[in-house]
Amino acid sequence: MATAPTKKTAAKPTTKAATKSAAAGRLGVPKTYKLYLGGKFPRSESGRSFAFADANGEFLANVSQASRKDARDSVQAARKAQGGWAKATAYNRGQVLYRIAEVLDGRRDQFVAELVATGSTARAAEAEVEAAIATWIFHAGFADKYSQVIGSTNPVAAPYFNFSLPEATGVVALVAPQQAGWSLRGIAAVVAPAIVSGNTVVLVASELNPLTAISFAEVLATSDVPGGVVNILTGFVEELAPGLAAHMDVNAIDLAGVEDTTLARDLEATGAENLKRVTRPRTFAPRHVGELNEIVRFTELKTVWHPIGV
Amino acid sequence: MALAESQSLRRNEPTDMTVGAVVDAAHSVRIDQVGVEERAASFTKRSIKTDAKLWGLDLAIRTMDLTTLEGSDTPGKVRALSAKAIHPDPTNPDIPSVAAICVYPNQVPVAKRALEGSGVHVASVATGFPSGQVPFSAKLDDVRAAVDAGADEIDMVIDRGAFLRGDFATVYEEVKRIREACGDAHLKVILETGELGSYDDVRTASWISMAAGADFIKTSTGKIGVAATMPVTLVMLDAIRDYWELTGIKIGMKPAGGIRTSKQALHYLVMLNETLGLEWMRPELWRFGASSLLNDVLMQLRTQATGAYSGPDYFTID
Repeated sequence: MATAPTKKTAAKPTTKAATKSAAAGRLGVPKTYKLYLGGKFPRSESGRSFAFADANGEFLANVSQASRKDARDSVQAARKAQGGWAKATAYNRGQVLYRIAEVLDGRRDQFVAELVATGSTARAAEAEVEAAIATWIFHAGFADKYSQVIGSTNPVAAPYFNFSLPEATGVVALVAPQQAGWSLRGIAAVVAPAIVSGNTVVLVASELNPLTAISFAEVLATSDVPGGVVNILTGFVEELAPGLAAHMDVNAIDLAGVEDTTLARDLEATGAENLKRVTRPRTFAPRHVGELNEIVRFTELKTVWHPIGV
Repeated sequence: MALAESQSLRRNEPTDMTVGAVVDAAHSVRIDQVGVEERAASFTKRSIKTDAKLWGLDLAIRTMDLTTLEGSDTPGKVRALSAKAIHPDPTNPDIPSVAAICVYPNQVPVAKRALEGSGVHVASVATGFPSGQVPFSAKLDDVRAAVDAGADEIDMVIDRGAFLRGDFATVYEEVKRIREACGDAHLKVILETGELGSYDDVRTASWISMAAGADFIKTSTGKIGVAATMPVTLVMLDAIRDYWELTGIKIGMKPAGGIRTSKQALHYLVMLNETLGLEWMRPELWRFGASSLLNDVLMQLRTQATGAYSGPDYFTID
């Protein structure tokens, strides 16, 4: 679990990495968990990090502690990527999402091991990775279909074709679910429905398991997802969410994993300043994944009146 | 612009130095490339916060030459830009006007009319901008047309072709004669440093321009890949200091092109402060040539005022 940000336990390789490398007769290569911002893996601009411990309280890794400025930079990266991503064809976005599932599937062992290290049972970890992959495939398939489901042709009393179609809301800030068993799966559950329609996102990773979020960023970085479409910040919700809620260039915010009810209410009020679409905190259950509403909430309907000729 | 302030500055006049003497003066110092680049990089590491930041951003606006130099410029666009030059943020009267707007000669009458009585100057590029590859008579006509149309400031380009083949005398003479044609209009000389090759050349071109009577020296046209950089600007600021020590006359500096963010602008102001000092930190002696910088500065100012990061949705698209 995350310890206090100021206290930094000595950075030593994880026991597992040490054993493995010792067996191979070489030095251990402890992984540095950094942020994922604009398609790159920078350290926090503030230079801060915090020690992350495994379920038994043993040191696991140092994790970057993102600052408000990192959040600002992420929004900038997301904004820059948004036009291009929304313009990509639905078919192309579907392919990219499918590719995420492919790469994730290829690295399932790594994720299972990491989830186990952070407190899952082997069986639960495997089920979670499976569910995450399934979520990505589901949304990949939905990429060129949701528009037909949400959109409509409207009867009007004049010689016009009148139809409504959904377009991306823009830049969406997401607070990942903090539920146990919903780290990798929770990311899929909030990110996939947001980006499938052409939004770009800034994700505040779960405080319970920031490691998996950054490992997942490595999947994104190798899946043809354009840099900036998904940006991942590790750190503390309390520090990062208010800046994102107040940011005038963020069009929507999903408070999924904000557990402090007072904070959630404040964020909702702050978000109203530029009429952000705000989604309230919620508890995730398998039945919610793939709900059409998860996609609809970050789209805007555009209605077109097209004159009918003879 | 405060008249009293500008009157207290003695205007630069063409010197009677021979071109050989000017080049010798320039070459009296050789530029240490590594040293200059390291020094320039060091200015980007200062922490400018709160009051100092607000002051710097305010100065950045007051010293800005808001620029549009496109083939597609229309009177409508120039009028819109002029309105923005006077009131950069219509919702906030505390934001000052910019120093000038910078346009092509054909747009000068439009800008002049739109800016009448506002104190915002009209600057016009001239002399076959941006390449300068036209006959000298055409350059003179270009300048005269702009001045006659009411331009307060002329941004000329030097003949890089002549400079690079070593014909410094031609460059020197041209600047002198353009300066004469400017009359009361202030002359900014664009060196187009991205085409000059070395810092030594930048220093030589700076000296030639100053000795020929430039009121300002300016880095770039903004029309080629390499525009203003911190080291180039530092070399030019050092040349300005040397010229001031020799003659007692203060020449202005205008970095132009590629300065798009508030952070960059503050870096330049730090460099200016630590090289020439507070005396130079005013529109009579310092300008930013920029088009997209203004919106970023306005965005930063609003962020400072409201505490929330702003976005491009809330500012005009120019």
